[in-house]
Amino acid sequence: MAVHGFRRSGGRVVLRVDEIERGLLAHVLDQLVELVAPETPADADPLAALVSIDPDATRPDDPALARLLPDAYADDDEASAEFRRYTERSLREQKVAHATLVIAALSADERKIVVADQDVPAWLGALNDARLALGTRIGITEETHHLFADLDEDDPLFMAYNVYDWLTFLQETLVQAAFGIRSEPPPGAQLD
Amino acid sequence: MAPVSTAPVELERPESDAVVAPDRPWVTIVWNDPVNLMSYVTYVFMTYFGYSKEKAEKLMWDVHHEGRAVVSNGSREEMEVDVAAMHSYGLWATLQKDD
Repeated sequence: MAVHGFRRSGGRVVLRVDEIERGLLAHVLDQLVELVAPETPADADPLAALVSIDPDATRPDDPALARLLPDAYADDDEASAEFRRYTERSLREQKVAHATLVIAALSADERKIVVADQDVPAWLGALNDARLALGTRIGITEETHHLFADLDEDDPLFMAYNVYDWLTFLQETLVQAAFGIRSEPPPGAQLD
Repeated sequence: MAPVSTAPVELERPESDAVVAPDRPWVTIVWNDPVNLMSYVTYVFMTYFGYSKEKAEKLMWDVHHEGRAVVSNGSREEMEVDVAAMHSYGLWATLQKDD
């Protein structure tokens, strides 16, 4: 896979992607939307939706979804549940909006995607959410992170980890292109 | 007339060290996780809290090395706003009463 990532070009943030990369990123974000979209439509309870309250919201059983929608209190389940009822729907809707914006940008048949300054936070949020969900799914931890780089090609996690690593590269190059901030040491260094 | 002895009156006085910053008793904590990028966490602290790059990087390293860091303090309501914002950025954050 040709890897270009984001660059700053002529004062603008630009992503160079081929058709396969565009399709893959759109697919990953489609799956993210499916995972994080509110479980009940907004019009199921119009009054609740109006004030963004979700009376049925509870801590998700799925670890990937639970990572995207974490508890707000470490040791107070009741307060966490209350917080969730008042905030989870808007949090889900915001994550869906970020992913949807990026999916729309990827739908254009272009090898160069210019990301407007005001869209950078949505791109960063969507890439981060996709990495959180995928990283939780494949079991990335501080202790196991380095093991994934040595996976055998036959390993069922090989493809998933490579997608994760590619998303990491994209996010890192976007933070750098947009804000001039880089991680030390850079993640995904084996891609360079 | 014999002097009247009176029992000393016990005054309930407030514990003086219990009144530290009574208006900012809650904190927002960001926890370390294996996915979030150092650069991204720094960007979030600069963008959302308006911290300088130096302060944002120091907090990022605190999270990374200590496993957690207090990133803001204030009223419970203010900390709920900050925690909701951290969740929208994808950072793992909780609020609690400052101890």
